[in-house]
Amino acid sequence: MIPLNYYLALSALLFTIGVVGVLTRRNVIIVFMCIELMLNSVNLSLIGFSAFRGDATGQILVFFVMVVAAAEAAVGLAIIIAVFRNKQTVNIDEINILKW
Amino acid sequence: MVDLIAYVVLLPLFGFLFNGLLGARIRSEKVVGMVGSGVVGLSFLLAGLIFFHMLALPVEERPQVVHMFRWISAGTLETQVAFLVDQLSILMVLIVTGVGFIIHVYSIGYMRGDPGYWRFFSYMNLFIVAMLVLVLADNFLLFFVGWEGVGLCSYLLIGFWYDKRFEKATTSDAANKAFIVNRVGDFGFLVAMLLIYVTFGSLNFGSVFARANALSVGETSLILITLLLLIGATGKSAQIPLFVWLPDAMAGPTPVSALIHAATMVTAGVYMIARCSILFALAPATMGIVAVVGALTAVFAASIGLVQNGIKKILAYSTISQLGYMFLAMGVGAFTAGMFHLLTHAFFKALLFLGAGAVIHAMQEEEDIQRMGGLKQHLPTTYKTFVVAALAIAGIPPLSGFFSKDEILWNAFNQGSWFLWLMGALGAVLTAFYMFRLVVLTFEGSPRYDPAKVHPHEAPKTMTVPLIVLAVLSVIGGFFGIPYSLGGGNLLGQWLEPTFAGASEIMRLPTPEVHAIEYVLMFFSVALAAVGIYGAWKVYLKRKELLPRLVSQYQRVYDLLWNKYYVDEIYDVSIVVPTFKVSEKLLWRGLDVLVIDGAVNGIARVISIVSMVSRRVQVGVAQTYAIVFVFGIVMILAWLIL
Repeated sequence: MIPLNYYLALSALLFTIGVVGVLTRRNVIIVFMCIELMLNSVNLSLIGFSAFRGDATGQILVFFVMVVAAAEAAVGLAIIIAVFRNKQTVNIDEINILKW
Repeated sequence: MVDLIAYVVLLPLFGFLFNGLLGARIRSEKVVGMVGSGVVGLSFLLAGLIFFHMLALPVEERPQVVHMFRWISAGTLETQVAFLVDQLSILMVLIVTGVGFIIHVYSIGYMRGDPGYWRFFSYMNLFIVAMLVLVLADNFLLFFVGWEGVGLCSYLLIGFWYDKRFEKATTSDAANKAFIVNRVGDFGFLVAMLLIYVTFGSLNFGSVFARANALSVGETSLILITLLLLIGATGKSAQIPLFVWLPDAMAGPTPVSALIHAATMVTAGVYMIARCSILFALAPATMGIVAVVGALTAVFAASIGLVQNGIKKILAYSTISQLGYMFLAMGVGAFTAGMFHLLTHAFFKALLFLGAGAVIHAMQEEEDIQRMGGLKQHLPTTYKTFVVAALAIAGIPPLSGFFSKDEILWNAFNQGSWFLWLMGALGAVLTAFYMFRLVVLTFEGSPRYDPAKVHPHEAPKTMTVPLIVLAVLSVIGGFFGIPYSLGGGNLLGQWLEPTFAGASEIMRLPTPEVHAIEYVLMFFSVALAAVGIYGAWKVYLKRKELLPRLVSQYQRVYDLLWNKYYVDEIYDVSIVVPTFKVSEKLLWRGLDVLVIDGAVNGIARVISIVSMVSRRVQVGVAQTYAIVFVFGIVMILAWLIL
């Protein structure tokens, strides 16, 4: 039996990688993937707790998160395609029209 | 039976709604006029039924309260819409609906062809509603609704011909003046009402008067309340110092002057004092002021009436003067006498105004009596009825004015002082003089108008019949109150006695045993009236050469009277102009433009400057936002954990 701390450490590591990726990478697709990474790191900690406590609620919640994440991935990719068609770029620094 | 009182109020309300909403579509003057006056006539009949029903009841069962619905319930304040039907209010209801009905019928003829025919009748009906609410209210708040309602209708009707010029301004200015001067009085009334609530914890007439009885005579709070009520009364009833609006109120159509500014609305102040007789009786100091205000107004207004030339203007000053008599009566505690004069005055003053309306009608809107004369052969009915009214107001027995005015003078002497009596008597001789000056200049002598242009003609039946009815009432109206000393039963006095019993008990007025002085005074006042009439007849008809001599001899006095003691000018200089100046210079350009606008615009400017700087924060790069985001979360987490 792997102790709970291992799961949580992995989850925190994945989450941090996701955050750093979101903040530092310029490619929208990579930023997007990093967001997915953050989501799944949270899923991991949920499952870890679920197994630790012998309670299925956490696992059920994870299924819901995955369903929502799938839908969100579809919408997100569609937005990226739409932006690319308009601006011919996926560089996030160049997508900066949302300002004064 | 007494519950029918609701319909007395609702019928004119229906007339108001009918004419107000549908009148413009109907286009038939006949329907509008019939509905407008019909509802008031029906109201009068119902009120008459109630009156006779009350007459059959034993005295102690006569006053009844008819509850309609609960109006305001907030904390300890509980106000009902309820009508107090007692001897005093039913008398007023009969006067308002009775005289109102006659004047409505007269208006059918007088207003013929006016583009605002339906508007006129709906306003008039609304006025009747408001006046009935006023006289029937069983608490101060509902009373105030009626009080303001009649003020509103007065305003609407003075400015009825809003595009017409009136003296130096327009009728709208006259309407504004009436409304604003009345607001001064209304303010007094409002404060009085608040004080009453604070002092007695209720606004209901019954409980206020019952609780007031427990206080001692001359209590400061009572004197303050009654003084404030008096301010309200001087506004509505056109007494010194707030009388200036009434002469200008003549800008309205003549039936309006007859109904609102002579017979009913202006007596609201007198009615209010009569209604609150217990409060006033408990404040002897205020009573003294009421009497003095009344006596001074009676002489003051009558003296102005001596030299004016506008036919309605003279009658307006006459009204102010007669209202002064009523105040004098109230002030010496002769509430019955005051109400009696209110009743007879409603008859003969309405008649005078309607007669004046017929004259103006015949002279094609000419109001200057210097350009009339010799109208008696053209307007025989008007002439006869007008003379009856003039004799009545002058106090010639056995016409109504004699009995009521004499009762006031006698009470002023008996319960007041010789000074009050002297002022009253002086007013009486002036009244007789200016009334007959008016009669002589209008109807007697030779024409001073251009007969080629003006062809005077008698008014139509709808106008002359009301004149005749009112003339009959002016003759017999006094018989309701023939004093005991003349062998009469003083029916009105007996009828009203229970209403004023409380006040009389507090005041403990002397009841004279000997009538000798009363007879002397009576003879004296009739003699004075005769002198006044003879004087007017002599100066204006028989020996016209006397007039210029008199005028030049007393030029100063004449100028003073002609300019109405410069009261309007004094008010202009001391109140109106400073108010305008302060409003413009200080309140508008100072307070409004600089302070308020400055504050509002200043805040807007500060915000826009701050925004100019702070909007630079938004760079549009999503990752910058995300960094701030993460930083924030970290900070919050750190704060939660540590």
